[in-house]
This record gives sequence, structure tokens and C-alpha cells, in this order.
Amino acid sequence: MSDINGALPTPLLELRNVTKIYGAGDAQMQALAGINLSIYPGEFVAVMGPSGSGKSTCMNILGCLDTPTTGHYLFQGIDVGSLSRNQRALLRRNYLGFVFQGFNLLNRTSALENVELPLIYRGTTTAVRHQLARQALQAVGLSDRENHTPGELSGGQQQRVAIARAIVTGPSLLLADEPTGNLDSARSVEIMELLTSFNRDKGITVVMVTHEPEMAAYAKRIVHFKDGLIDTDHQQGGH
Amino acid sequence: MFANALLLALRELRRNVMRSILTMLGIIIGVSAVITLVTLGGGATQQVTQQIASLGSNLLMISVGKRMGPGQMSGAAAFNLGDSEALFRDVADLVAVAPVAIGATTAIYANENWSTNVTGSTEDFFPVSNQQIAEGRLFNASEVRVGAAVCVIGQTVATKLFRQQSPLNTRIRLQKLSCEVIGLLKSKGQSTMGSDQDDIIVVPLRTFQRRIAGNQDVNLIKVSVKEGADTERVKSDLERVMRVRRHLATNEENNFNVLDMKEIATMLSTTTQTMTGLLSAVGAVSLLVGGIGIMNIMLVAVTERTREIGIRLAIGALEHEVLLQFLVEAVVLSSFGGIIGIVLALSTALALSGLLQVPFVFQGGIVIIAFLFSATVGVVFGYFPARKAARLDPIEALRHE
Repeated sequence: MSDINGALPTPLLELRNVTKIYGAGDAQMQALAGINLSIYPGEFVAVMGPSGSGKSTCMNILGCLDTPTTGHYLFQGIDVGSLSRNQRALLRRNYLGFVFQGFNLLNRTSALENVELPLIYRGTTTAVRHQLARQALQAVGLSDRENHTPGELSGGQQQRVAIARAIVTGPSLLLADEPTGNLDSARSVEIMELLTSFNRDKGITVVMVTHEPEMAAYAKRIVHFKDGLIDTDHQQGGH
Repeated sequence: MFANALLLALRELRRNVMRSILTMLGIIIGVSAVITLVTLGGGATQQVTQQIASLGSNLLMISVGKRMGPGQMSGAAAFNLGDSEALFRDVADLVAVAPVAIGATTAIYANENWSTNVTGSTEDFFPVSNQQIAEGRLFNASEVRVGAAVCVIGQTVATKLFRQQSPLNTRIRLQKLSCEVIGLLKSKGQSTMGSDQDDIIVVPLRTFQRRIAGNQDVNLIKVSVKEGADTERVKSDLERVMRVRRHLATNEENNFNVLDMKEIATMLSTTTQTMTGLLSAVGAVSLLVGGIGIMNIMLVAVTERTREIGIRLAIGALEHEVLLQFLVEAVVLSSFGGIIGIVLALSTALALSGLLQVPFVFQGGIVIIAFLFSATVGVVFGYFPARKAARLDPIEALRHE
């Protein structure tokens, strides 16, 4: 990583003294107490920490789903906090991919149509849309499951469809919130290998929240949260 | 952008076939019930209106007896031919006066016989009762004066006695009287009261009195009043003249009764309109129940749909894109359901109008009202929960239980 740091490139995203406070008055709860974090293109970052340490809040802010109470979140140099709801949605549409713990696929909808969804909002033409969606499903090894609905797929397969949906637009940043939380260890390894390969081969920056050290071991950098602050932040040799 | 919304909406409807069908069912039931009921009610009203027209213009009927209450009469002496002549002479604004005597009898032709009423009257009977000739001729004044053995019959009698054969220039037997059929009346159908106006045999009054009844009685006097004349004044004039004719003292009540047919017909049409109003109310309730059905399904679907909205927002859908999709879904469902409901209602009304012998009258207004109402319900309950969900933070929407 020294080559990247040595050249001092622009960070893909940067948190500057970010705080997040939920509620008001006595019910106030400080989820983030002043976070400074820079993530550079091509990184694979695992975010760890106990429940309530602020890692999910941090992910929501990174995913432009939420905005900081104070401080700044810069995505490719743009201050996300100053953007409107619609502008943040456009940012998500064009640069971000999400993978959730609970998969969050549309029910009764075929794998192909689920993967096509972000492309429809992008206004991609039908032919290109089908082609890209098929390629994405192929990349996660589900070419033969195009017409299966989530109900007809196993948990691991559903998460792979979700990953295909996240990468189909070719995002700069892939955010994964406990992607293996609902899966057994064999399926978890498959998912981690997929994420690793997209990071390595396509250069997609990956930020992943996880509880499990075995999954965090796939990342190049591990950030530990504790009480709304970053506790430790270290690079590792990689897998 | 609209094409996208349409694509997404149609995909969503296809995926949730059951929900789509149930929603449409609410609209279909509501729309078809109200349209069917109102259409049939309108048909009935029109039928009554036509029957009023068939009664003849400004008809008054004077019958024997004192009115005791609804449908009850006390006995009194019958009228005679002189009474009807006096009325015509002494009361202004009358077009015609027809004395009528009626008796039950059996009509016989060859091997066929038919129990019916025979009416004895003058040539004025036909214009006053709005009866027109279909074949042959009516009897004339001189035949009435001499009491000729001729008769004019209605369609029902003709069918019963002669089947397909022409009744003209044949002779039928009415008790001891053998009379020649000289005319066949045009069909008038059912009367407002439901009796068959074609089950009729008319002979000259004198013929009836001498050869069938054997007395000089007249049971009924039909009076046709000039168009535009004051019916109330004519009615009181008739009563005054009749009281004199029947030698009633000032303290005695009328022992006869003057009925304005138009009044009765108007009353009947009011009744029909009340019925139509009731039917419409029942229809409105079904429309409301259908609306509540739509509302329930939409509200039950909210949890699932809120998560769906959360997913869409998270992957970058704009609020108005999500809303447009939901709006298109609601509009497609409502219009589809509405059109099916209208088609169903019109075919049901058509079938039922044949069955109930009520004319089918297309009511454009109610079709539009019913359609707009259910469409509004569908759109409101499809759109507003979605709008609420689309304004949530995507994270909130995704967590929705």
C-alpha cells in the first residue's frame, strides 16, 4: 500500500470529524463521536466492532443513505452533506453498490429482473440491460438461475444475486453490511471470494462491516470501532 | 422516464397477480353493482312513463259507488246513457265522453273458447282509451245507435280464439249474441296496474245492454278532457252535474267517484322513482364496500411495499420515480377493473332487462360516476401509502416490519 500512500492520490472518500446524533433532548444518543477516515480507490476495508459502536451508522453515511450531524463526508471530493435527497440518490445510482445482510431482493421477482433493477433507473436500453445483467449473474456463477425468484434460491444464492445487482452498474464503491451474517461458513467463504475477486480484478473499492474475524481476514485493511470512535486502523498483508 | 415507470409498474402487477386481482375485484363489484341497479331502475322508470303516455291524454274516469277507503266502494245505483250525454252537454272543455258497461263472458269461436270481459261502449271509447285499429275498422255511430251485432277485439283474444288465422269477417259467440268481428286493435301491452290491455272485446253499448247484460246500466264513464284545460275545474263540474243527475241533497256525500288517471300514473311513476332511488342507494353501498376492499388490500400490502420502496431508494431510485410507478400501478388496476366492471354491468343489465321485461336504457352518467369513484379510491389508496413510504429514509423503509 506504500505506493498508493506515497503518491498521495485523492481519497475516494473521506470522513472529516464526522459526528452523528440520534434523537433529541434526554433521549439523545451519540452514534459517532468524531470520525476521521480516508479510503483510497482499490482498497478493501473491513469495519469491525461490537454492537452499538457506530459502524452501521458509519456505513449508512458512507452509503449516502444518511448525513452527518456535524463534520463533512467527501465522496470523490464532493461534500455529501450539502446535497439534496435526490442528488444523494443519483450518487448512489451512479457510483455505489449495496449488499445487505438480509439480501433485500424483490420478492417473486426473477434473479435477472432483480439484477436489472438499478439499470432500469439508469435508463439503460433493454438490450444492453439484459446483456449486463446476464454478465453480472455469470460473474457470480448463477447463469443457470436467471429465472428463479428469491424464494426458489438458497441464502447463498440470494446473496450472490444481491452482489450481482450491486456490481452490475460498475460502481466505484461497494458497501457490504454483514454480507455473510445470515450464511453458514462454506457459503460465507464463497461470498468473500466473490468480493475479493471484484476488488482485485475490477478494482472496485469494497467497504464491508463484519463481526467475524475470519471474514475480516480477506480485507487489506481493518478498521475497529469502539464507542463511536475509531479504535484501531491497520493494514494487513492480504489473503 | 414514463416508459420506465410503466415497465416497473407492469412487472410489479404481474408478480403480484393475487393482489392485483383482489384489488380489481373490489372495483369490479362496486362498479358493476351500481351500474346494473341504476340502469334497471332507469328502465323501469322509462317503462312507467311510456305507460302513462299510452293511457290517453287527460283521461278522467267516473265510477259508481262511494269511496270508503283504499280500493273499497259502497254499492250505489249504476249510471245510464243519459248521464254520459248530460255530462258531454253541460261540462265545458270535454273532447269526448264514453259510457262503458262491462260484463264477464265466454267468447266462443269454432272449438275455441276464452273467458274474458266484454265491453259495451260508443264509438268514442276508442279515442278516449287511446285504442287504435290494426286491421279492419272500428264500429261507427249508426251501428252504436241501432245496436248492431259487431265487435272489435284485442290481440290477446284474437290469438286465443283464432291462433294464426285472421279474425276479420268471422262470427264469434258471446252468450246468446253472435257477432261479426269487424276490427282488430293494435297491441297496447300491460297497463300500469299490470292487467293485459289486449284482452278486450268491444261491442256497441246498446248491443251489450240488450243482448248480453239485459239492463240499461253503465258502470263507468270515461271522459277525455281538452289539452291544456284545468282538470281540477273539469273534475268539480263533472261532480256538480252528476250530483244533480243523481238527485243528491247538499248534505249527502257523492255516491260516485271521479278518478284522474294521470294522477294515478304520476303517483306510480313517483313510486318507481323511489324504487330507483333505493336501488341506487344499494348500489352506492356496494361501491363503498368495493372501495373499502381496495383500501384493505392496499393497506395490507404496505409493509411489503415499504421494504420494496426502501430497496428501490437504496439502489438509487428518486422519490418521484417510485411514486410515478405506484401511480401507474394504481391507474392501470383501476381502469382495468373499471372497464371489466362496466362491461359486466351492461351485459348483466341487458340480460336482466330481458328477464324482468324492463326496457334497457343506457345511463351514461352513472357509468362515468361509478368509474371515477372507484378509480379515485384505487389511486388514493394505492398512491398515498406509497407516498408516505417514499418520503422515509431508505434505511427506515428497509427496516419496516
